[in-house]
Amino acid sequence: MGAGPGAGGGDPPLASRGEVDPALRGELPGLYLRWVEIGRGSGRSPRELKRRLAALSDRFAGPQAMTFRTRPIPWAYRVFYRHIGLDPDEQPTPPEAVVLDRMLKGGFVSRNLLDDALTIAMIESGVPVVAFDADAVEGAPRIRQSGPGDVLEGRPGELPEGTLVIADDRRPVALLFGALASGRGVRPASRGTMLVAIGVSGVPEIAVEEALWMAAEILEAG
Amino acid sequence: MTELLEHDSKAARGAAAAGMAVAPARSADADVRAARRSLRTQIARMDRELSELFATTFPRHGIEWTVGAAGGPRILGIAELERTRDALATRLAEARAEIRRRVDAEEANRALVERMIADPAEHRWVRVRSEDVGERGCKHWHSRPRWGLLGMLVGWWRVKLSSGCPLACGAC
Repeated sequence: MGAGPGAGGGDPPLASRGEVDPALRGELPGLYLRWVEIGRGSGRSPRELKRRLAALSDRFAGPQAMTFRTRPIPWAYRVFYRHIGLDPDEQPTPPEAVVLDRMLKGGFVSRNLLDDALTIAMIESGVPVVAFDADAVEGAPRIRQSGPGDVLEGRPGELPEGTLVIADDRRPVALLFGALASGRGVRPASRGTMLVAIGVSGVPEIAVEEALWMAAEILEAG
Repeated sequence: MTELLEHDSKAARGAAAAGMAVAPARSADADVRAARRSLRTQIARMDRELSELFATTFPRHGIEWTVGAAGGPRILGIAELERTRDALATRLAEARAEIRRRVDAEEANRALVERMIADPAEHRWVRVRSEDVGERGCKHWHSRPRWGLLGMLVGWWRVKLSSGCPLACGAC
């Protein structure tokens, strides 16, 4: 992909709108996709970012974790999970998975620049954000239902028809709120990162864009 | 389900009153879509109640919260949405019953602690943990003799409140 809307510059990147299949828009009103591209991959987390994570761990303890799912935005994603056949208690939403991990490990553990950026963005906003290797996505990401012959690379067999996926111009690159296709994730050698956030009914657009800005700013500053 | 049926009949009455000549197939499609929308609203409301219940039960644990997935991500049909809604309703009812049972037991344990404090000799060696009264932490109330064997023989009993959880760093 060429330079995306977020590449370069000091201002927060402008999030682009991804298409949602018209059939889905009718059935799941409020479903939308925003994405932004950053001109760098991951790397080591700077000391300042580790300190920020530690401060977030102090601010986000047991009581906050227990009530996280009752906040409007995380709750909207739980409901959406149920609407599309997922159980958020069996397969937690990405922000809830981060919360669970924080409780098990006693804090938000620093891993690398990208993971730390996503952790902060998801906890602060409650919005799931997923990252792709920008060079491995062709065109703009969109949400659609899988058709005959669609496969998710790295998984055996075809996807069941009607599976909700994030797709590029050619093929599915991830299941909606699920696994990424093989080779689409950010690797140490990646030169660009595409951050994608999914909005659902009940989640204001500003929250989704805030999540993307936050993650993008941390990545660009790192 | 009642809500769903009401929704359908209201939609039908509305269409008839307006004298609309809607093609049957299109009307059926709209009805199915409306039914799914209604079921999704019910699921959202139940999940809200379940989430709030989850938050209020802390620090109690061991309560089942999972409802089971219909298998996704995909657009669910009416039957699947109904199953999800019914499973949520069942889980809500079970969780509420379990919490009620525990609250009753905790209330009884709190009363027991009060009786222990009032008359330790009558409750020899009884121990109540904070968990038994629905509280966090590791403290416990224990009715035991003052000065060990001597207190036992003379009948000097007291309720001792433990000092809490062990230190994370062991003997430091």
